[in-house]
Amino acid sequence: MSGTGIQSFLPPVIDVEAGEELLEVAMGPHHPSTHGVFRMDVALDGERVVRLKPVFGYLHRNHEKIAEKTTYLASMPYTDRLDYFCSMTNNWAYALAVEKLAGMEVPERAEYLRVITAELTRVQNHASAIGFLLQEMGASGTPLMYAFREREKILDLFEALSGSRMMCNYMRFGGCRVDLPAGWLDRAKLVVAGLPRFIDEIEALLTSNEILMARSQGVGVLRPELAVNAGVTGVMLRATGVNYDVRKVDHYGIYDRFSFRVPLGDHGDIYDRYMLRVLEMRESVKILEQAMAQIPEGPILDPKSKPRGFRPKPGEAYGRIEAPKGELGFYLISDGSGNPYRYRVRPPSLINLTILEDMCLGQNVADVVLIFGSVDIVLGEVDR
Amino acid sequence: MKSAEELVEELKSALPGVDVALVVNPSPSAQHSLRVAAEDALRVAAYLRDQAGYDYCSNATGVDWLDKETSEKVKTTRTVSKQVDGVEQMVEEVVEETVKRVEPGFLEAVYHLYSMKRGHSDPHPPLVLRMRTENRADRVELPSLTPVWRSAEFQEREIFDLYGIVFKGHRDLRRLLMWEEFEDHPMRRDYVDPDDYEYEPTPHDEVLKRAEEHRAQMAAAEGAR
Amino acid sequence: MAVEPDLKIELGKQGVFVTTLNELYNWGRRNSVWPMQFGLACCAIEMIATTMARYDLARFGAEVFRPSPRQADLMIISGTVTKKMAPQVVRLYNQMAEPRYVIAMGACAISGGPFKQGYNVLKGIDRYIPVDVHIPGCPPRPEALIHAFMTLQKKIAAQPLTGESRPRHLDALAQGEFPVPVPSAHDLEPPVNRLVWPLPAGAATAGSGETA
Repeated sequence: MSGTGIQSFLPPVIDVEAGEELLEVAMGPHHPSTHGVFRMDVALDGERVVRLKPVFGYLHRNHEKIAEKTTYLASMPYTDRLDYFCSMTNNWAYALAVEKLAGMEVPERAEYLRVITAELTRVQNHASAIGFLLQEMGASGTPLMYAFREREKILDLFEALSGSRMMCNYMRFGGCRVDLPAGWLDRAKLVVAGLPRFIDEIEALLTSNEILMARSQGVGVLRPELAVNAGVTGVMLRATGVNYDVRKVDHYGIYDRFSFRVPLGDHGDIYDRYMLRVLEMRESVKILEQAMAQIPEGPILDPKSKPRGFRPKPGEAYGRIEAPKGELGFYLISDGSGNPYRYRVRPPSLINLTILEDMCLGQNVADVVLIFGSVDIVLGEVDR
Repeated sequence: MKSAEELVEELKSALPGVDVALVVNPSPSAQHSLRVAAEDALRVAAYLRDQAGYDYCSNATGVDWLDKETSEKVKTTRTVSKQVDGVEQMVEEVVEETVKRVEPGFLEAVYHLYSMKRGHSDPHPPLVLRMRTENRADRVELPSLTPVWRSAEFQEREIFDLYGIVFKGHRDLRRLLMWEEFEDHPMRRDYVDPDDYEYEPTPHDEVLKRAEEHRAQMAAAEGAR
Repeated sequence: MAVEPDLKIELGKQGVFVTTLNELYNWGRRNSVWPMQFGLACCAIEMIATTMARYDLARFGAEVFRPSPRQADLMIISGTVTKKMAPQVVRLYNQMAEPRYVIAMGACAISGGPFKQGYNVLKGIDRYIPVDVHIPGCPPRPEALIHAFMTLQKKIAAQPLTGESRPRHLDALAQGEFPVPVPSAHDLEPPVNRLVWPLPAGAATAGSGETA
């Protein structure tokens, strides 16, 4: 903004020759590449994008309003349906915010269970994200089939643990809902032992693939200053080289006990985002191996936690975790009653889309689909 | 890392005349916040970003605070004429009265700030920045902080959509989630849903309440005919 | 003349294949139902999982997901239909060519599901368009979607080509366009299409007090 002396980060303005006729295209809300109901109003000058406005709200399911009308615990299953690929991490973020609000402790074993389920979630999310990205690139089917083959193995584990493939509703304030069934850990170890082979397979197919490199290197470049200012988090941010992972920064849960690295990119382009997802899967496998070797016996729920009649003292809390899509936060205000006075989800998918316009302007329309795919969003979380 | 108290002092000395107050959060999370007057908000935000290192605005959201009615018992002494032993006398009497006061409601915008460049060396709780509108009806303007933190762009549009706070200086303030023809602000606490109740086999709780309201309305409409 | 089923099987054993035009026509139709590539919410992920190698919807002749409504026979309403999205869903349905079928997948598409009390959530897509198969679940498992698919195939196989209950594409007078709701200041207009969503019998006395 001029006049106030504040340095703002605004998208570039693309010059169009006077008298040039622009083609207005509404991509979505039913468009094969948007995996969901998302719309981009694009203005094209030939192949070049000169204007892009995202339109949201086609999946606005009033999660926050419903949560303010119901009890704290009753919102837990709704969090599953935010980012429906990653119900475990959604549960964790909400449980963490409530634990901060009420000052609860989480038993040791429950912390391990949370790490194991969250990292399994991260692996299957990144695998699917790569599959969908390649689908966008024209590799219809095959990479996605490989990703879903691995995802099914992890979903079977979730189903054995929580009773549901996708909507796990597994965590509770101060712990987890059920303990591991007999033999689960051995099965999980088997699945995790198979993961490095799967990642090798994906890498052999894709990492040095000429088409992937040609279409993704140097496309959709994001500058680190803009990424920080626009609140971009997760893989998108780290691909620009900014070292910020909430697992390392906030030390939530027990992530301090495991040795793992945070992969960083150099260029902030689509290829870096792809590569980071691969590397993060490898780091998740490392965390999983350590956690499954160390997990102790013990209770899984804070004995002081009350599932019924839970009324935290007046106050507010903001809790956040590193979800596979970025920083997922919950902001709660309690007025001392059984329902939250204000319940807010900080959706990483929505905020990561702030810079979609900046990345797409001046690019070819075919690349818009790729850039959008590389952000890795889920509409349930964007619109809530 | 400076605590919120220290930051209030720092802001007051660095930006003379600035209206900043500490809001204490009594919950165990102890995430205290700064309340800043709307006219100073842009100045404070720019200082926080450029000097205090809060380069990352994680979350921006609205809160609706309804008019609060507080009742207080006040004791007053009055002289009243009374019949005492058959003679009229003036007697002092203590009367207890309930005084009702209405605290006007307001809309609030809340921003959660972190520092990315200091993140690892200096882990800290979020710095919470709050702004209030004057009331809930017509004076609902606040300065937009999007020029300082771009991440507020969509979130401020969402607050405008769902709460009705008008952000001055926002580059593209339109509804984010609801359709453009929509006129209400559905996240406000006094929002009334459209009467789209339909037959429910087993209504209970809130749904039962809505069912009864709906029935009453239909009966009234029937009677009017 | 219909042939008795037992006789048909016996003839089949002898190498004689007997059929009717009706059966042959429906056999072809039911084994090449092409769904529209159209995902709405959580259920869409289970729909994708159904098409993948493990559940393999291709076994039922339905692996070809068409992005264009003009080329699709089946619309799977896979997830919550919001009031903002409902006009688009009806418009897409109107653009499909007859014969066309609709599967309402999951609790949200049937009734609004867990989000029923939301201000922007439609309480079931069958308020605006006719639905052939409903599958409950949140989300329904891939097996449930396959079951819905087989139910639809049975429905197609049982359709007579003449008479009152013939499919719409063989009925020149059948209604093809469904009114698209218009978003207005507070709600969709109209909130319900009473042609496809009549009041349930006895609703006026049992619950809502509404009079048709």
